[in-house]
Amino acid sequence: MLTFLNHFINGISLGSIYAIIALGYTMVYGIAKMLNFAHGDVIMVGAYVCFFAVSAFNLPPVLGLLAAIVLCTLLGIIIERLAYKPLRQATSLAVLITAIGVSYFLQNAAQLLWTSNPKIFPDFFGGIAIKMFDGQLIITLGTLVTIAACIIIMIALTVFTGQTKMGKAMRACSEDKGAAQLMGINVNATISTTFAIGSALAAVAGVLLCSAYPSLVPTTGSMPGIKAFTAAVFGGIGSIPGALLGGILLGVIEIFAGAYISTQLSNAIVFLVLIIVLLVKPTGLLGKQIREKV
Amino acid sequence: MLKVEDINVYYGSIHAIKGVSFEVHQGEIVTLIGANGAGKSTILHTVSGLLHSKTGSISFLDQDLAGIPAHKIVSKGMAHVPEGRRVFLQMTVEENLEMGAFTRPGGEVSASIADVYERFPRLKERRKQIAGTLSGGEQQMLAMGRALMSKPKLLMLDEPSMGLSPILVQQIFDIIQELHKAGTTILLVEQNAQMALSVADRAYVLESGKIVLSGTGAELAESDEIKKAYLGG
Repeated sequence: MLTFLNHFINGISLGSIYAIIALGYTMVYGIAKMLNFAHGDVIMVGAYVCFFAVSAFNLPPVLGLLAAIVLCTLLGIIIERLAYKPLRQATSLAVLITAIGVSYFLQNAAQLLWTSNPKIFPDFFGGIAIKMFDGQLIITLGTLVTIAACIIIMIALTVFTGQTKMGKAMRACSEDKGAAQLMGINVNATISTTFAIGSALAAVAGVLLCSAYPSLVPTTGSMPGIKAFTAAVFGGIGSIPGALLGGILLGVIEIFAGAYISTQLSNAIVFLVLIIVLLVKPTGLLGKQIREKV
Repeated sequence: MLKVEDINVYYGSIHAIKGVSFEVHQGEIVTLIGANGAGKSTILHTVSGLLHSKTGSISFLDQDLAGIPAHKIVSKGMAHVPEGRRVFLQMTVEENLEMGAFTRPGGEVSASIADVYERFPRLKERRKQIAGTLSGGEQQMLAMGRALMSKPKLLMLDEPSMGLSPILVQQIFDIIQELHKAGTTILLVEQNAQMALSVADRAYVLESGKIVLSGTGAELAESDEIKKAYLGG
């Protein structure tokens, strides 16, 4: 029972990281209607920035995280401006292929800059953990921080899109860019802001991910990126609570599958669940399907 | 107030608008009528900056609009109610109105919302509802209310009667005349030529991207050509 609980907590922790990445995917998809496959690699860049800030410049972890957020935000805005904005009128396939290109570009640039030798990410949480039942149930500080970060981000985004003028403008753009422009909303600036927010979230996710799984290589962001994309689709792409739910479920399923069925097959099982969910409910768990009167 | 001179608009290789010029003076109701596909909506989209003309010029309140992006045109005093309403279906009625006031300072918004609710009491009843759940007539009212939130000097309406029952069409046209009396200049695009001509000071008839006739609303309503082509004999 305690082992089960341990796995469950680990699953939620991993799921929280997926959820933070998935929120970035889902926001960009919601507004720009594109799948930013380079999102996972922004995570990797964020982790490297934090790694060097802490290990080479001896900054405290919080400043390392801040540096990662600032640089990833800039990176997100630059990627959007250079790679995606010129394709605003192009077919979605062209944009998708460009995103894959950006993804490989980032991975290879990272390999060139930082080599493919794994960097061992420092443990920011100093191994602090709550131990219960004679050490059979362990909740690390890292786990608690990860879950708390996910909840705070989720609440902040919900308030932002629901209550603020900029957030509402984002929702307006996500529905109808032409009509949004007629309202005086600067659509390009709104898309840029969305990329900035998504990339800042990617930086947070990168630092949390490498704190839990400390081996950092240029492809570190790739698999979590794909899984978070899966989580976003699983929960209903475009939906903020959907990204949270999808991410957490995916993390829990992955950990349980690895613990009770097979470690090798855990990824296969994760994607199998996705396929089943999409067969039954094509819009994802919380996907929007609004009935419109004409 | 609005002066459009010799605009030519293309969709790829299709020449949609061919050298169109027209004017709207302060305080007028001007209508552009014509069959489906004549280019009426394209003209409005070009005026509000969503499409661009290869030639000619568009000036509003003596200011050239060339090179001004669409999102900056609203604050100059021009609002466009697009064809098919295009309200934000997943946002509430009130949020839609807030978006209409996007370019205005936050402090003035609630007073304007109250004004719109006074003109359209139905919207007030449904203020917390998602716009997608409104009926067609209510959505048209919301689209008009949303445009009024920017306090426009020129209101451009694209097919406001489309898909509505005769009673609702009459209601919408009554509101257009009320807005006109309150001092708003109106550019009305309509397929319902009879209704449009009955309220318009002046009218232009559009055919395959060209203006083929123009005159006062009364003149055109009496013209044999118009009667044959648009008013059913």
